Amino acid sequence: MASLISDTEPPTHSNTVSTDLTRRKKRLSVPSSSSSVTTRDGDNHARWRSEKQQRNYSSKLVQALQQVRLTSSSSSPTPQKRGKAVREAADRALAVSARGRTLWSRAILANKIKLKFRKQKRPKQTAIPSLITTGSISGSRRSKKRRVSVMRLSKKSIPTVNRKVRVLGRLVPGCKKESVPVILEEATDYIQALEMQVRAMKSLAELLSGSNSASPPI
Amino acid sequence: MSGRRSRSRQSSGTSRISEDQVNDLITRLQQLLPELRDSRRSDKVSAARVLQDTCNYIRNLHREVDDLSERLSELLANTDTAQAALIRSLLSQ
Repeated sequence: MASLISDTEPPTHSNTVSTDLTRRKKRLSVPSSSSSVTTRDGDNHARWRSEKQQRNYSSKLVQALQQVRLTSSSSSPTPQKRGKAVREAADRALAVSARGRTLWSRAILANKIKLKFRKQKRPKQTAIPSLITTGSISGSRRSKKRRVSVMRLSKKSIPTVNRKVRVLGRLVPGCKKESVPVILEEATDYIQALEMQVRAMKSLAELLSGSNSASPPI
Repeated sequence: MSGRRSRSRQSSGTSRISEDQVNDLITRLQQLLPELRDSRRSDKVSAARVLQDTCNYIRNLHREVDDLSERLSELLANTDTAQAALIRSLLSQ
């Protein structure tokens, strides 16, 4: 039963050698966090592609979705609000599965708490008029009194790679003000986690739609 | 790595973060992307291209998650509670 989800993994993943090696190691029932054939790269692949991780995430997802259903039935269920609630629950379940090792997972979980406080206090910290420090990686400093936010990335002052890394940092949650290698590393982990999330949600949706069309045996 | 971050203060032209480290990370990122992984001509794919494709890929994944969550919300509204509990027990094995 639990292999239902692992069967729906797209076959293109098995083409690369590293994931093949790590998947064979999974069959030997080695715990996912300690096995790495190659460098740390193998460890990352193992973390988000193992079946155990997927089952872990799926069960958390289902539990979170149950809670969403209970709350949304009382409020006004417009499809967009429900969809967003589902998305947030899925993201939170994903962040919990990361076990707090990555920046983006901590940022997702912290945002959930921040939103509860923001309803009481007025929102600060949003869009302070920006100071662009020319040509330097401004995110690597830790000044708490004055936040330097890069609002507009001009094409002349910052080289191309840094500019694109900034854009990437805005996509990954919690990495807007980090340095370049941190953003790149978080992005690699985030992409793998997102892929797992998509696989799990897709198989869950197929499961639910299949059981909806068929009549329940009980 | 946190030590390196605290040591790399603002400098005028050159950054203390080594070029090799950044290139290594970008190579690893490239291996994750589906379109760049299959045609891996490692010398000819520029870092900017990898980063651009990464941004596009993340945006695609976000959009897929949004679509799937909408679909899941509709499905959950129609599903029986008994069936959902059944599914949960199936998945938690």
